[in-house]
Amino acid sequence: MALKFEDVIAKYEPALGLEVHVELGTASKMFCGCNTVFGAAANTQTCPVCLGLPGALPVVNGKAIEYTIAIGLALNCSIAPYSRFARKNYFYPDMPKNFQTSQYDEPICTNGYLDITIDTDEGSKDFRIEIERVHMEEDTGKSLHMGGATGRIHGADYSLLDYNRAGIPLVEIVTKVVYGCGKYAPEVARAYVSELRDILRGLGVSDVKMEQGSLRCDANVSLRPIGSEKLGTRSETKNVNSLKSVERAIRSEMIRHAELLNSNQRVIQETRHFHEDTGLTTSGRSKEQAEDYRYFPEPDLVPIAPSKELIAKIAATLPEKPSVRRKKLQEAWQVPDKEMAAMINADVLDLVEATVKLGADPTRARSWWLGEIARIANEKAVAAADLAISAADVAEVIALIVKGELTDKLARQVVEALINGEGSVAKIIETRGIKVVSDDSSLMAAIERAIAAAPDVAEKVRGGNIPASGALIGAVMKDSKGQADAAKVRDLLLKHLGQG
Amino acid sequence: MINKSAVEMAEALNKGEITSVELTKAHLKQISEVDGQVHAFLHVDTQGALEQASQVDAKRSAGEKLPALAGVPLALKDVLVQKGIPTTCGSKMLEGWRPPYDSTVVRKLKENGIVILGKTNMDEFAMGSSTENSAYGPSRNPWDLTRIPGGSGGGSSASLASFQAPLAIGTDTGGSIRQPAAVTGTVGVKPTYGGVSRYGLVAFSSSLDQAGPCARTVLDAAYLHEAIAGHDPLDSTSINAPVPAVVAAAKNGNVKGMKIGVIKELQGDGYQAGVLKLFNESLEILASLGAEIVEVSCKYFDYALAAYYLIAPSECSSNLARFDAMRYGIRNGQGSAEEVMNATRQIGFGREVKRRIILGTYALSSGYYDAYYGSAQKVRTLISRDFESAFKLADVLVSPTAPTTAFKIGEKSNDPIAMYLNDIATIPTNLAGIGGMSLPSGLAAEDGLPAGFQIMAPAMKDDLMYKVGAALEAELNTKWQGPILNSAPKLGAK
Repeated sequence: MALKFEDVIAKYEPALGLEVHVELGTASKMFCGCNTVFGAAANTQTCPVCLGLPGALPVVNGKAIEYTIAIGLALNCSIAPYSRFARKNYFYPDMPKNFQTSQYDEPICTNGYLDITIDTDEGSKDFRIEIERVHMEEDTGKSLHMGGATGRIHGADYSLLDYNRAGIPLVEIVTKVVYGCGKYAPEVARAYVSELRDILRGLGVSDVKMEQGSLRCDANVSLRPIGSEKLGTRSETKNVNSLKSVERAIRSEMIRHAELLNSNQRVIQETRHFHEDTGLTTSGRSKEQAEDYRYFPEPDLVPIAPSKELIAKIAATLPEKPSVRRKKLQEAWQVPDKEMAAMINADVLDLVEATVKLGADPTRARSWWLGEIARIANEKAVAAADLAISAADVAEVIALIVKGELTDKLARQVVEALINGEGSVAKIIETRGIKVVSDDSSLMAAIERAIAAAPDVAEKVRGGNIPASGALIGAVMKDSKGQADAAKVRDLLLKHLGQG
Repeated sequence: MINKSAVEMAEALNKGEITSVELTKAHLKQISEVDGQVHAFLHVDTQGALEQASQVDAKRSAGEKLPALAGVPLALKDVLVQKGIPTTCGSKMLEGWRPPYDSTVVRKLKENGIVILGKTNMDEFAMGSSTENSAYGPSRNPWDLTRIPGGSGGGSSASLASFQAPLAIGTDTGGSIRQPAAVTGTVGVKPTYGGVSRYGLVAFSSSLDQAGPCARTVLDAAYLHEAIAGHDPLDSTSINAPVPAVVAAAKNGNVKGMKIGVIKELQGDGYQAGVLKLFNESLEILASLGAEIVEVSCKYFDYALAAYYLIAPSECSSNLARFDAMRYGIRNGQGSAEEVMNATRQIGFGREVKRRIILGTYALSSGYYDAYYGSAQKVRTLISRDFESAFKLADVLVSPTAPTTAFKIGEKSNDPIAMYLNDIATIPTNLAGIGGMSLPSGLAAEDGLPAGFQIMAPAMKDDLMYKVGAALEAELNTKWQGPILNSAPKLGAK
């Protein structure tokens, strides 16, 4: 019987450390001119440099440095006037040079923070997450382990190597140890990653898709008995591919640690893999014996020394902070806190904003993105933003509803068809033959038919029994295959029976 | 014709006295006749060289204006990649590998119409001073086939001294251009670090490696230097500044009024008497030409060798990690990737390379980094300061290039320290990143073998070396009644 989370936090205080890797959205790689398109055929985006061929040399991507400085500034970091790349030496087949060009003791950005707010039963709570460093490095290639049951290296017959990802610019954002979150630790971690993602998206430096790996979070968790000074042994959980997983993985690790500690067992310092299906972690690589990466300054590159002018220029072009932007939107839309939190959690704020910008009413826009569309996204287990429906589509649908050319029910059909990829709104309405029947004469004919079929009901209505009209309205709606506007049918029917 | 200088060959080509194809064939013939004894080449690209030569001839007959050395053949050290041509770095590890791209040096050679005859032998991954560490057997010194031609670029120097090529490219990490030049009676120049692009130069020690020209005359070296030098956006450490006017300097050799600094620490104990005598004779010539000879002291040079043997192995331990059988080169063993990597590196690398990888891995280990790599970097800074101070007292600095003439093959193979000491006079310039030139100073009295005179200039003042070198060379050639290689034994077809 697993320990309850309440029992964990009654006895222990968690400490967190979050390492977020972000693939920068530069057009070319960190040290060569190769493309960085996701999902290209294996090994088609490579060259002597990113394949680590003998003799090839790296040249730093200036855009990547500018992006990293922008991230540092957005996270309130100091930007080093002089920083260097270093080589992190270890052997692995998907790393072409068998060293990773990274930053070690001289990172480009240091000592920042990010303020976050979480919504709790006790009201909203603010936390400041301190950032230790933001540094640049290159991504590795990918190993595909073939023939085994699990897709993991253990048990595989052979492996295939794809170096398309090798050399893609990565930025690593490392927090200082985060204390004092208590029972909110899982939510704080999630909110931090979410806020960070919004900032990065706002900066336009990455597409921040957790499920595609362009934003990856490693969560370090340790527990210590409440009141104790000494930090407990930490585990580092990888493979955390969604915001929800960040929260679940930390909660699961806190419970696992507490169970070990309660039974006087020791927590092993190791990496753990999170599994979406079970919500649990399994053991990865032991980190008990610190690996010796033999870091030394990369002799093939010159130090990075951004000028004050460049830093000032980047600072001047930073977009509004997401928290400020959210506050403005909330005021403009007159949305309560709960609703705002719901939009943020469902990750549809940008979509709602875009829909409103295209002329839609904020309330309608919000209810579509949070309602029908969120429901379908949930069903398909994808992000709303990845569905084949755009803010423009939703704005168009809303406009048609307002004009009375679509009913809510018909609009839902259109939305579903859009998501199924059946084409534009106009095309869907045409091919599906969707239209609100507003031609009075054809409606009247249907009303006559309904009355003829149920003269007794009609008589009741004539006699003043208005609720009885429901049956007749239903029959008309059925007759028109749901395309009639029910309110209009009601008006016409009652008028016809002398009750209008 | 093959005994002429590259500049003379270029003149003959310009005058139409010979075609590049004829000139190339003459060298290919010499290669086929003597390289069985010398073993300067690892790969001769007969077809490619002749194609390149005929292209130059076609351009010339069409009246196109051609670069100075167009049509002149050259031997390329096997550490620089050339598209489609085997590049082994003298290692079994890269046996059969044909690079898919040209190094910047090769691109520039091709753009200059210089005909690449083939790839020359070297110590494995440029680690050594004799070519005995080549996985393909040593090269031999044309002056005495039982002796080493220097290293690591012994194939390039031997090809020049046996008239298999009038020009060659070397690379110099601790003396691999200059020491082979010294022991074969040829000229070799290590340009200022960053003067010639390292793109496509298979790295031994990135912060020390520098490609440069090898030739039989100072002027030939200058022309080749200008052909391959210049800023390269593909090499971040390449200097973005105009190439020093080395050809003009070599044409106007003159030391009048110059201050020439003799480095106290680079003579005396450990230097062969005949080598020192020749060095002093050269100094007298320079003085007679109007130079002022001053003595300077560079007291941290005593630590240069130790610092070098921490920095170079550290960098090499990382640079050579990529040879793991995953993407190119040989593959040995089976099982997991790790097992294959291990088995391949076991058989792919030779003893000296393994020794240096182990040394470097150790020096970079946590807990030892500060004591070894960190201290070595501090020494490096102190050596640069020594040079800075010395260059306040003198325009150029001089020393014997190597402490001895060529030793016998096998003589030092089992004594790495004795082997390392060969580079004692050349290593400081690599650590400081400045330029160094070696030119022949004569034949040592004890053994009748060539010795080298080294000239060092401040960073990006490579032209000063050529100015001094050309002046000295002219006087020495007058004294010897012709280039020193005229006295070399003739190698004939067997």
